Amino acid sequence: MSIDRRVFLKIAGITTAFGLGGSTLINGLKKRGLEASELPFAGKQGGLTAKRWGMVVDMSRFRNEHDIQRVIDACHNIHNVPFFKNPKHEVKWIWTDTFNHTFPGMESEFMMEGLEEMPFLMLCNHCKEPACVRVCPTQATFKRKDGIVMMDMHRCIGCRFCMAACPFGARSFNWRDPRGKDEDGRPFIRKLNPEYPTRMKGVVEKCTFCTERLAKGLQPACAEKSNGGLVFGDLEDPDSELREILRTRYTVRRKQELGTQPSVYYVIGGNDDV
Amino acid sequence: MFEKALTGSKRYWIWIFVLLAVIGAGFLAYLKQYEYGLGLTGMSRDVSWGFYIGQFTFMVGIAASGVMLVLPYYLHHYKKFGRLVILGEFLAISAVIMCMLFIFVDLGQPKRVMNVMLHPTLNSVMFWDMVVLMGYLVLNVIIGWTVLGSERKGTPPPGWIKPLIYLSIAWAPSIHTVTAFLYAGLPGRHFWLSAIMAARFLSSAFASGPALLIILALIIRKLTKFDPGKEAIQSLGKIVTYFMLTSVFFLGLEFFTAFYSNIPSHMASFKYLYAGLDGHNQLVPLMWISTILAVVSIVLLINPKFRENEKILALASVAVFFSLWIDKGFGLVIGGFIPNMFEGVTEYWPTQPEMMISMGVWAIGLLVLTVLYKIAITVKEEVEL
Repeated sequence: MSIDRRVFLKIAGITTAFGLGGSTLINGLKKRGLEASELPFAGKQGGLTAKRWGMVVDMSRFRNEHDIQRVIDACHNIHNVPFFKNPKHEVKWIWTDTFNHTFPGMESEFMMEGLEEMPFLMLCNHCKEPACVRVCPTQATFKRKDGIVMMDMHRCIGCRFCMAACPFGARSFNWRDPRGKDEDGRPFIRKLNPEYPTRMKGVVEKCTFCTERLAKGLQPACAEKSNGGLVFGDLEDPDSELREILRTRYTVRRKQELGTQPSVYYVIGGNDDV
Repeated sequence: MFEKALTGSKRYWIWIFVLLAVIGAGFLAYLKQYEYGLGLTGMSRDVSWGFYIGQFTFMVGIAASGVMLVLPYYLHHYKKFGRLVILGEFLAISAVIMCMLFIFVDLGQPKRVMNVMLHPTLNSVMFWDMVVLMGYLVLNVIIGWTVLGSERKGTPPPGWIKPLIYLSIAWAPSIHTVTAFLYAGLPGRHFWLSAIMAARFLSSAFASGPALLIILALIIRKLTKFDPGKEAIQSLGKIVTYFMLTSVFFLGLEFFTAFYSNIPSHMASFKYLYAGLDGHNQLVPLMWISTILAVVSIVLLINPKFRENEKILALASVAVFFSLWIDKGFGLVIGGFIPNMFEGVTEYWPTQPEMMISMGVWAIGLLVLTVLYKIAITVKEEVEL
């Protein structure tokens, strides 16, 4: 069968519109931010790499509420973390709580003055032996070669087994549509960052150690805004600044006895001038 | 054989339509949840599993308990269970279907449920739970249907069914063991981190399942011409008695370890459930009802004089069923999340839509059970008369 030039162009045009061009067209129509697949990935030229990423939280560097809020805002704003008024539906990647809540079992009868009231920053520990990864039935949460415990939001079925397994309460579920609005008409994502994907309802999310920034050669947003209070680096590199702190200062990790090997260490403080 | 389910008395059809109405209401509630998200339920960041997963856990036990009829009948040739065995197998089918539905309605992204099969993850207990539940469902459908079909034709069951029956006997404990492992292997959940969890699950299953079967058998005798047999019911009564005692004993072991060791994290959930923690005590009345029902049932069951009276046995069975339903369908799951990972307390109570959806799932289970029992009983009536 022969087809003339006009018919050929017609068919080619339609195919392009629905095929290659079609996806651009549809994306353009429903675009409300970046798709996860469009994010830069690790190993790209110019990215930061490590054998095992870790962090030290130096509490002595957080002098007031403002120091802490700046860090939390930096993270939650760039990652489109929704704000739900109902504490039951809260989504948080980095947050604070008291000493007793951060380090259960380490509280004592007579505690150092001021320690109990101190707001300790918490985030995903990116454990070396992550319980969440062990239980996930779809590998939607997995450990990368550089130690970061990552989420695939498109594979998560929302069974919340990882939330039951994580001993650190680091995981949040989207009980409602984070792209929606509250009763007063305010969007849950207060200010959309078009550079980062939003999530859908029914999936679990958490801190990713800013993989998207590492790929561009940048420090995690929280560390960048912390004035040295959050030191990010390679735990396996003996010459890293991180290891230097771990060598010279007494640090603790949350719930070490559970054997998950958290990669986040804490300098509790009390000796600011060390 | 299915045509047997399509003819029935007026009472049968009224019951079917009542169930369909409840299923419809549950479905509407589910559509609402599907639209809004699981925020429609009482679950939260801290109590991230609730009534759905509790019901799932309880129903796995009911499903597994079918083996309490199959094993004595096929391995020990206990002929008295001959008339009951099909009821146990069909109960297992309906219970497994409910299990799967309770998991399904609990998913945040139900459309992606196939991901569990598309990305099989051998290190996830949930993957294995799916495998054993599916397998158990298939086994019971094949065995139940084939054996009943042979009975109808008046021939002995085909030889190839025997190995499947033996497999199903080994398979039944596995479904509840794996379900217990969903909980018992999690670091930091002290209430669940107990080596005895699977044993507790099995003992409570082998009490609550046969208790339900006693109730069902008595109802069937009342409503139909089919009599499951007085002696068979009495044997079930003994099974319920021993396993209820074992179940309460195992719970006692948990209490001893927690409270004699005096380790705060091990005591906290028990305190929350039975006395309240930091002024939060929403589940306390429920847990005490469960305790009282357990004690009452044991008093009634342990004395043969009481147990041999079918009215009292029925009462005791109802007490066992609800005691364990509260303990496992509610306390066990919620208790594991309280206190939370920060030793704070966020309480949980199911919402109205959550209850509607659960009722819908229950109604689907009852519908499947009704239809299967209708078929089985009609076949048996025809064979006998």
